[in-house]
Amino acid sequence: MDLYLEGFKYTIIASLIALVASFALGTIIAVMRIAPLKIVNVIGTVYVEFIRNIPLVVIVFFIFIVAGISGTAAGVLGLTIYTAAFIAEAIRAGIMAVPKGQLEAARSSGLTYGQAMRFIILPQAIKIVIPPLGNQFINLVKNSSVLGIVAGFDLMYQADLVSSQTYVVFDVYIFVALFYLVLTIPLSLGVGYLEKRLGKTS
Amino acid sequence: MDFMGAYSLDHLSFLMEGFWVTLKVAFISIVLSFLIGSIVGILRYARIPVLSHVLAFIVEIIRNLPLLLIIFFTYFALPEIGIDMEITSAAIVALTVFESAMISEIIRSGLKSIEKGQIEAARSSGLNYYQTLRFVVLPQALRRMVPPLVSQFISLLKDTSLAVVIALPDLLHNAQIIYGQKQSYVVPMFLIIAMMYFIVNYALSIIARRLEVKRV
Repeated sequence: MDLYLEGFKYTIIASLIALVASFALGTIIAVMRIAPLKIVNVIGTVYVEFIRNIPLVVIVFFIFIVAGISGTAAGVLGLTIYTAAFIAEAIRAGIMAVPKGQLEAARSSGLTYGQAMRFIILPQAIKIVIPPLGNQFINLVKNSSVLGIVAGFDLMYQADLVSSQTYVVFDVYIFVALFYLVLTIPLSLGVGYLEKRLGKTS
Repeated sequence: MDFMGAYSLDHLSFLMEGFWVTLKVAFISIVLSFLIGSIVGILRYARIPVLSHVLAFIVEIIRNLPLLLIIFFTYFALPEIGIDMEITSAAIVALTVFESAMISEIIRSGLKSIEKGQIEAARSSGLNYYQTLRFVVLPQALRRMVPPLVSQFISLLKDTSLAVVIALPDLLHNAQIIYGQKQSYVVPMFLIIAMMYFIVNYALSIIARRLEVKRV
């Protein structure tokens, strides 16, 4: 039981760190993709298109083997890099959904591009972006199970450990599945609720 | 980094073998999960008492579990209750179970996005329930489903790489065997397999975008 709780703790912590980091990185990349500078656009686009189209496991293995850091760190870093690409897309879609006139009005009121983004566009975009971000967070929690493959001490890893020591496989995995559901089902319900509520107000 | 050694003819053909397994497993799983997902999605949309609720419950459980766990479960846990599968079948079954749940949600929300008025209009024009679904709801809903379906197929193709945990001899698995020989092969191997995954998935996403532009 202690092992499961230990794994549960690692899964939650890894997901939270990766969430915060990938939200920060994703926002930067989303802004890069729509910035009025061609080279910056291209870098953002290449990042998103490349990362979105290769498997997470490939990224995590690559970091684990090449960087020579612990499995947990490699997993969190890989999750961050991978999820940031999806979050960047969600945020970009949100920003594009804010009417162009808003940016023009802000700019002609004397705000700089950065100020217009920070005070006018992003606060409105966030509202549109919350449900898809919630979905990304659910994916992130589920994807954190790849830590198990690189010895990241998460739930999957502990399940593997317990089942190989006790030769009980079926029950162990059902039990671990329940741990994951405890995390993901409330998140799913929350996202569904937000989708309905935000859908009504707009 | 030893690119010349890493990309020798033997290694490349070994990689292609793995790539072929990846594509084969992905393709079979896409076809199966599209079929099962469509049936489940339509059954849930049809609001058949009890059945729709049972399906909703199962879909929610599967959708909220990590695929990796389902793969482990299929290959290592099911034999305990007498369901024994070899690696490739286990990978296909696990992928199909997971992706069917995802696809059924796409189908259901696509169907649900058709306005009620259309259905009422069709019904009052004398079409029965089945005809309404077949001629009015489905043709419109399918158009809206194409982009999310293709991105689901892309994730399926990426997710086949998770089956390395049960030693499915796919692209990633074969690359691991090659770079296991020599430290200097690691970076070249990851570069080439990333490119291989990228090319197929990016091509798929471009096709999806084309379809979207054409049909809307």
